[in-house]
Amino acid sequence: MMKKWILYISVLSFILLQSCTAVKEFQKSRINDSEMELSSRKSEKFEQSFYLYREGASGANGGKSGGGCGCN
Amino acid sequence: MKKILVTIGLYCSLLHGAKAQEFLFYSRGAKNASVSKIDTGFLKRKIKFEEINLVSGYYLQDGNNSAITGGIGTEKLTDWANSFEMSVSKLDRFNRTHRLTADFNIDYYTSASSDKIDPLTISSASRKDTHIYPSLSWSVKDDVAGVTQGLSYAFSTEYDYVSHGINANLTKLSKNKNTEFSIKGGAFFDTYMCILPAELRSFTYPSGAERDTKGIDYKPRNSFNLSFSLSQVINQRLQVMAMIEPSFQEGLLSTPFHRVYFTNGNETVEKLPGTRFKLPIGLRFSYFAGDQTVIRLFYRAYLDDWGMKAHTANVEVPFKLTPFFSLSPFYRFNVQSAVDYFKPYAKHETKDAFYTSDYDISGFTSHFLGMGVRLATPGGILGITNFNSLEIRYGYYSRSTGMVGHSISAHIKIK
Repeated sequence: MMKKWILYISVLSFILLQSCTAVKEFQKSRINDSEMELSSRKSEKFEQSFYLYREGASGANGGKSGGGCGCN
Repeated sequence: MKKILVTIGLYCSLLHGAKAQEFLFYSRGAKNASVSKIDTGFLKRKIKFEEINLVSGYYLQDGNNSAITGGIGTEKLTDWANSFEMSVSKLDRFNRTHRLTADFNIDYYTSASSDKIDPLTISSASRKDTHIYPSLSWSVKDDVAGVTQGLSYAFSTEYDYVSHGINANLTKLSKNKNTEFSIKGGAFFDTYMCILPAELRSFTYPSGAERDTKGIDYKPRNSFNLSFSLSQVINQRLQVMAMIEPSFQEGLLSTPFHRVYFTNGNETVEKLPGTRFKLPIGLRFSYFAGDQTVIRLFYRAYLDDWGMKAHTANVEVPFKLTPFFSLSPFYRFNVQSAVDYFKPYAKHETKDAFYTSDYDISGFTSHFLGMGVRLATPGGILGITNFNSLEIRYGYYSRSTGMVGHSISAHIKIK
């Protein structure tokens, strides 16, 4: 199952990378908008904590993937 | 004597002149660093305040599958969490920006089920507890090379555990600043106090309550995390990021005060393998649709060697009512399969090698739905120049096991 997902992600990444255009700094007004950040918001900090305790899966979301939190 | 004083004076003035030349030489090309002009026209480096982030959150949950009572019983819990984070930066003589961030976090929580560890004494092991976790991070960013390196140390403590964590990271930005690759490595060294349920302790084993810990067992739990991420600007409206974060844990991975009941009516404590390998893979998309709407997507596939597989998807659509005020409805969905060692209350067989009735690692689906409001007016909120932004979020969490939760948080940025 994991292999299937890795394949999907690879195909998607390939398509996206093919559609890349060179974006100059002066063209990044939208990309640099604070809502466009590719990370969790600071205000989500404690939501990340309760996901870590209340759900078995963790990591790859900007939060902890294990350790230092009293959780396994 | 006069000659000596004149010589020292000349030497000092020469040194001062050389230092001033050094400022001039290295400050050329500096654009966004912590430099300021002084009267002589030379640029001087000094420590620059970057920002303060204050985050406060309140979380409330209730359910009926507490692991402490073997998969039945109240899961009522409240958590009030506060975080204070401050960053400063300084430009060095090679025009690299050094950034120091201090983060102090404190949670105060109450857990109804933890009363049940020792119903006779109310052990206070976790019935109400304070979780303190400060961290200190340092990074150095070289704009010319497009490289950022960093180190951090984290400490965390509660009544029954102490943790020390170290992390290192390296980020490389491409020349056109459209591609970024990042690698992180971390290790956490935790030590657990083995508090056992009252009826499962030997006569001489301490309860773990305050003033009754002499002779109690302490066990280690070590975690080693790696993270690789690649982000790419696709076009003027779209950017994506892919992440993979393998992690490995070893030591005491079960919780000593979680009860398990067997089909024959006997009782014991949770038992889980001493190692766990996790492999999450994540994708993030941010797309600016039109002039007012941003679409933020997150997807994660996860599997581990305890037999759990999970998929998590999050969508958030910030809508800018004005350039400075936005509403952000969000929805998060998670589905996970149970670990191989999970069975509900009184369903385990005594012949099982490992056993748990912890519903956090059972099979379920969960939904988290809510709304965020963000205000970032130019010139500062309420006319306070440094009050950069205010954000408030509320979310309702529900799990197919019957557990529900509410989360509200506020973030203030001072810049």
